[in-house]
Amino acid sequence: MELKDKLLSSFMVFEDRVHDESKHIHDIRNHAIKTFQQKGFPTKKDEDWKYTSLNSILKHDYVISPRHESAIEFKEVKKYFIHDIDTYKIVFIDGKYSSFLSETTHDGIDVCLMSAALNQPKYKVIIDSYYNKAAKDTHSLTSLNTAFASEGAYIHIPRNNVVKKPIQIIHFSTGSEASVMLQPRNLIVVDENSHVQIIERHQSLTSNVVLTNSVTEIFANKRAIVDYYKIQNDNQEASLIDNTFVSQKQSSNVSVHTFSFGGKLVRNNLQFFQKGERIDSTMKGVTIIDDKQHVDHNTLVHHIEPNCESHQDYKGIFGGRSTGVFNGKVIVEKEAQKTNAFQANNNILVDDKATINTKPQLEIFADDVKCSHGCTIGQLDKDALFYLRSRGIPEKEAKALLMYAFANNVLASVKINAIKTRITKLIAQKLGVNLGFEL
Amino acid sequence: MLHIKNLHAGIEEKGILKGINLEVKAGEVHAIMGPNGSGKSTLSSVIAGKEEYEVTEGEIFLNGENIEELGPEERAHEGVFLSFQYPVEIPGVTVTNFIKTAINETRKAKGLEEMSASEMLKKIREKAELLEIDRKFLSRSLNEGFSGGEKKRNEIFQMAMLEPKLAILDETDSGLDIDALRIVANGVNKLRSKDNAVIVITHYQRLLEYIVPDYVHVLHDGKIVKSGTKELALELEEKGYDWIKQEATI
Repeated sequence: MELKDKLLSSFMVFEDRVHDESKHIHDIRNHAIKTFQQKGFPTKKDEDWKYTSLNSILKHDYVISPRHESAIEFKEVKKYFIHDIDTYKIVFIDGKYSSFLSETTHDGIDVCLMSAALNQPKYKVIIDSYYNKAAKDTHSLTSLNTAFASEGAYIHIPRNNVVKKPIQIIHFSTGSEASVMLQPRNLIVVDENSHVQIIERHQSLTSNVVLTNSVTEIFANKRAIVDYYKIQNDNQEASLIDNTFVSQKQSSNVSVHTFSFGGKLVRNNLQFFQKGERIDSTMKGVTIIDDKQHVDHNTLVHHIEPNCESHQDYKGIFGGRSTGVFNGKVIVEKEAQKTNAFQANNNILVDDKATINTKPQLEIFADDVKCSHGCTIGQLDKDALFYLRSRGIPEKEAKALLMYAFANNVLASVKINAIKTRITKLIAQKLGVNLGFEL
Repeated sequence: MLHIKNLHAGIEEKGILKGINLEVKAGEVHAIMGPNGSGKSTLSSVIAGKEEYEVTEGEIFLNGENIEELGPEERAHEGVFLSFQYPVEIPGVTVTNFIKTAINETRKAKGLEEMSASEMLKKIREKAELLEIDRKFLSRSLNEGFSGGEKKRNEIFQMAMLEPKLAILDETDSGLDIDALRIVANGVNKLRSKDNAVIVITHYQRLLEYIVPDYVHVLHDGKIVKSGTKELALELEEKGYDWIKQEATI
């Protein structure tokens, strides 16, 4: 059976299992499954999927809702956590919540589970106001997630809260099923003047096939600050389609950093909607891949109101036969005067067989704006390489240093030092070097 | 120490060096002067092993060993150091971390253990002091946002740390004010010994007032057309390079 048909028939069984939910959620699900039924999976005929084919990952016979939670010892997975700082943790194993590995809270803020939020009346106001309001059902994959969404992180930060501890959202898959499809759903609502930092990671612990189709909605109300970090370093059998929607109100500031080093196929759909004035939106990414890996960044910033800014800076280093895609769309509506939109995508091809497709798309309807974009594709600078080697640094290490230097200005804007340290370690690991210091 | 025999080299089929002969012994300082485009920087790059240049004829011996097959890092491990005219910026890597890596990679290549942290720190302090380098400077990203003078001083700092047998200073004086020039020259002079050698490549005589050469060579159109003692540098300063060019064409 084709995966689409399998999903459609599984939906009946699934609906039966979640029959306790409110009519509101039930209606959202039913609408979403219809959208998915109509549109199906995207193909290369869709403009937004021209350079990314899902064929190779859709052919597996996925288990749609894995039933068993496998126990994991913390020490086995400690390395996937940012463990040298104090954090809240919302951890899932094969899509099921692991209370053992988690550290949630209801003390002034809610850092807990989507399943609770979808079922318990006390969360109804937030769910009714925000759930599925930013996610666009024009995307069939987002609709697919919406149809099946039952678990994930629910974070609500009421007004005037500066959350001191970052929140880690980690999804482990254990491979107790041969191949598994996971559809986590996260909702993050940050009210006026509040500040929160979030780290998200998907990690497969075996070499079984995993396909994750994740949806995250982030709402930043007036003057809220949200810093979101995505660490994508999964193994070579795991694929991720990440759909993240950010809806911002006046004077809010949201940044999303995406670090893509691992995984077979990774597609990041990242969309920002600016619904107020003086909004700042930042999206940055470092992609370092090789072999036959594929990473696709598809971004959108929708400037709707005047006096807002957006900053995009994506760096990519592609080795082996890997392929990268950057498709960055910026829309500036007629009313969005004094918009300042900046976009940069710089790439280094390390091997002849590596490919990058980069496509900036600017649609500007306002006349008093500053918009800039630039993309570059190049090789490592030979003079720079000679400089490092002439100081006794071997070629491999010298190349690693140059690649690190190339990615550095994205790292420079990471506000949590423990994350910066972790990312630089991952870069060194990815580049296979030990330079005697932590980059 | 260094013995260059009939060296011909170029880039993309274009010949630049057209038969260089040069012998530099331990303890000596040689100055190589010459007009723009005479091949000075090419010579230094070829000695240091830059792979874009092709040696078409002739040989370079370092301590009796032909170094043709050695990569730049291997030449560095053998004691060659080139101070760059245009040092490269490495954002995110501090001066300290960079020099640590350079030293320990060299030690690794020689089968030595890494230098201990305390020894490294002591050495860094000592050499920084010699070159009047502020401690804050050492935690900045390598060459990023450095002034021309800071870059050159940092090059000599690295040289002091690496203690090369053969140091080649490529236009180290360009972009230096008189104070920086004095500090840099002082650093170089402190490192001179009977066991190492220095090649100073320069357009002007000014640096040679501070780093006094034993020999001066004039490079023109890829060949050494005249050699002499330090007085030759003064003569060049006074008369310019035209008379050399004329002599060479006769």
